[in-house]
Amino acid sequence: MATEVSQSQARAPQPGIDVPGWLRKNLFSTWYNSLISIVLLVIVFQVVTGFFQWAFTTEGWIAAASNGRLILVGRYPAAELWRPQLALALVAVLLGLSGGVWRGIAQALTIGFAGMMLVLTALWTQLPPANPPAPLTTELVLVGIAALVGGAYAAGRAGGERLRWPIIAGWFLAYPMIILILQGFGGATVPTNLWGGLMLTMLLSVSGIVLSFPLGVLLALGRRSSLPVVKFFCVVYIELIRGVPLITVLFMAQLMLPLFLPSEVRIDAVVRAVVAVTLFSAAYLAENVRGGLQSIPKGQVEAARALGLNVVKTTLLITLPQALKAVIPVLVGQFISLFKDTSLVAIIGLLDLLGVARAINTQPEWLGFPGGVWRETFFVVAVIYWIFSFTMSRSSRQIEANLNRGAR
Amino acid sequence: MATAAPPVQKTTIPFWRDTRILAVLFQVLFVIIVVGVLWFFYTTMMAGLRQANLLPSFAFLSQPASFSIGESVIAYDPSNTYGYALLIGVLNTIRVAVAGVILATIIGIMLGISRLSENWLLRNVATVYVEIVRNVPLLLQLFMWLALTQTFPRQQDSISIFGLIYLHNRGVTMAWPETGSDFGAWVPWLWLGLLAGIAFYVVRRIQFARRDRPGVAMPQAFLLAGAVVTIGYLFVGLTKGEWPLTLSVPELERFNFVGGIGLTPGFAALLIGLVIYTSVFIGEIVRSGIQAVNKGQREAARALGLTPGQTLRLVIFPQALRIMIPPMTSQYLNLTKNSSLAVAVGYPDLFSIAGTTLNQTGQTVPVIMMVMAAYLTVSLVTSLFMNWYNKRIQLVER
Repeated sequence: MATEVSQSQARAPQPGIDVPGWLRKNLFSTWYNSLISIVLLVIVFQVVTGFFQWAFTTEGWIAAASNGRLILVGRYPAAELWRPQLALALVAVLLGLSGGVWRGIAQALTIGFAGMMLVLTALWTQLPPANPPAPLTTELVLVGIAALVGGAYAAGRAGGERLRWPIIAGWFLAYPMIILILQGFGGATVPTNLWGGLMLTMLLSVSGIVLSFPLGVLLALGRRSSLPVVKFFCVVYIELIRGVPLITVLFMAQLMLPLFLPSEVRIDAVVRAVVAVTLFSAAYLAENVRGGLQSIPKGQVEAARALGLNVVKTTLLITLPQALKAVIPVLVGQFISLFKDTSLVAIIGLLDLLGVARAINTQPEWLGFPGGVWRETFFVVAVIYWIFSFTMSRSSRQIEANLNRGAR
Repeated sequence: MATAAPPVQKTTIPFWRDTRILAVLFQVLFVIIVVGVLWFFYTTMMAGLRQANLLPSFAFLSQPASFSIGESVIAYDPSNTYGYALLIGVLNTIRVAVAGVILATIIGIMLGISRLSENWLLRNVATVYVEIVRNVPLLLQLFMWLALTQTFPRQQDSISIFGLIYLHNRGVTMAWPETGSDFGAWVPWLWLGLLAGIAFYVVRRIQFARRDRPGVAMPQAFLLAGAVVTIGYLFVGLTKGEWPLTLSVPELERFNFVGGIGLTPGFAALLIGLVIYTSVFIGEIVRSGIQAVNKGQREAARALGLTPGQTLRLVIFPQALRIMIPPMTSQYLNLTKNSSLAVAVGYPDLFSIAGTTLNQTGQTVPVIMMVMAAYLTVSLVTSLFMNWYNKRIQLVER
């Protein structure tokens, strides 16, 4: 028996690089597959060469390059740039620590973040000097932040499990702290109408998730509630918001919110956009959480009730934690679409990442460029959006896989 | 023994621990808070509007709009009322949404199948395409398409695609079917084809039901209807000497195009942007729907001697359809709602016309209410229709 097995193993085809075989199997198996392959090869060749030809010959990169600060933070005053830098450093420390403690996805994100900082540094040294010059040279800050991530990562690895809860608490406190840092306190405040660029896009989408989270969970619980009045109200709210486009909600917030509030209360456009995004996102979040709640077996609730927990305790301790864990990937997906949807605030005149790109296109310096510089600026901004969404969708897939592995 | 049992105590629960009473109390409190907040908003708003002398009223609907609209499905001129202008907006929204849904479905299905192709190159090109398109915001893509249409040359030097589609700085002109003078003679044939198709379908269905076995009748019914219509087309064309329906190919006269159909840059950018963005999501739904069908189904079909194409068409797709319908519905609704981004590319859809109306009349509240009601209606009607279709599909399968 043993010899037979070894003989059949010896006869097994040697795994190796068989280029013609691979080509025949994967590209030219039938006549129509060959046709598709040839046509696609021609198209791909055309697109790729055309792209590189454009990317290396165009002069228009100068528009995006000389507006680096506008793209990153908008019209945020140069003298106050240490605020976003401090906020970034805070995120860097938290991310590094998480990467060190949890490894896995957090570790990959940490490495990606540090790498991005170094790439940005390399790009920044190629840029024309900022005018007026920033108080701290940006290259130094970026390298410093990359070093901070590395240091925090090492600290996280050394600290291990003990750091778990402090880090989670840190993430929860990060949002209000960053807002406070960016806004400033006491006499020196930076009005929100100066916020812009990537910073504003990130803030709007993070606010949309963080602030809408409590509201969304309450709406989801309300929709599953046995109290008819509460249920009715929640259903009407969720279906109303989900039935209309985000842009109508944004317009409503811009035009009607000032009417709803007494005239002494003045809220500026960014806050109104945050309110709109929060109200909009809450309805979608509620539906996602409801999906999680429905996925929990009835036995869980019955067991909890049998143990003597009341409705509130059953919800807070038994159903909600399980439901939220189950919908983490879906919530990341919602965050991605929210991240992309915040670009709509460009229509109501805010200078978010997309608004900034449009502003750069209309700057008088670039009027001399044949055909304008929109290809280059839109390309740069699209790449920024793409990197963030793609990273998040990959992480969400990874989280999903991890959760499924745990369940088995 | 029975006497040893303690007498049944009539316990009364204090009302603050009685869940029934608590539920009522809680709901009353909830209503008071919600109504109170809404009432506060309402009174503040009315006070402000009264001060500004802009009390909400729908009277503006019957006043002349006095602004022009770039394109409309039915005739419009600025002396028409605001109500009529908003109707134009609704029709324009429906126009782009219907065209978008049809095109996005076709391209989406092609994408979804490509992503599962056994051709390595096709599969990976489709994957890269999907990952690029779906991770960039729709609005940015729309801006790019709009900017691209603005770089097109003058009409005299239009970019020609096979002589059927011309791209120029006033938009897109493309070939389009045109009815001839003898179209009337062909209409009875169209009805005849439709009737023949329906009759064939019903008869086949009854036959299947009698024999108690499943069967496919739709493709043959379509073929029959198509054959009748084609025969009619040839008959009318040969007897009258003129075809009832011809392809009108645009031709460049001295200053502009004659024939074909013209699309404005805004419409072209919006339609292309919506179709490309939505088709990627539809493609993913199609792919996961096909993958969700049990692998044994495919293997069994292949073992029975069906070709890969037949397996896909007759075995996999009908089952995948059931899984695909609900997410597909929400994509169609997303497309319709996203068409409101027309305001950014200058296509006069409902939202954009409502914005103009709002600016001119100052009637913020009624206009926003009407726009939201219109989108809600579309959403509700679509989901009702798709729920009905979903239910029908489910019943046929069982």
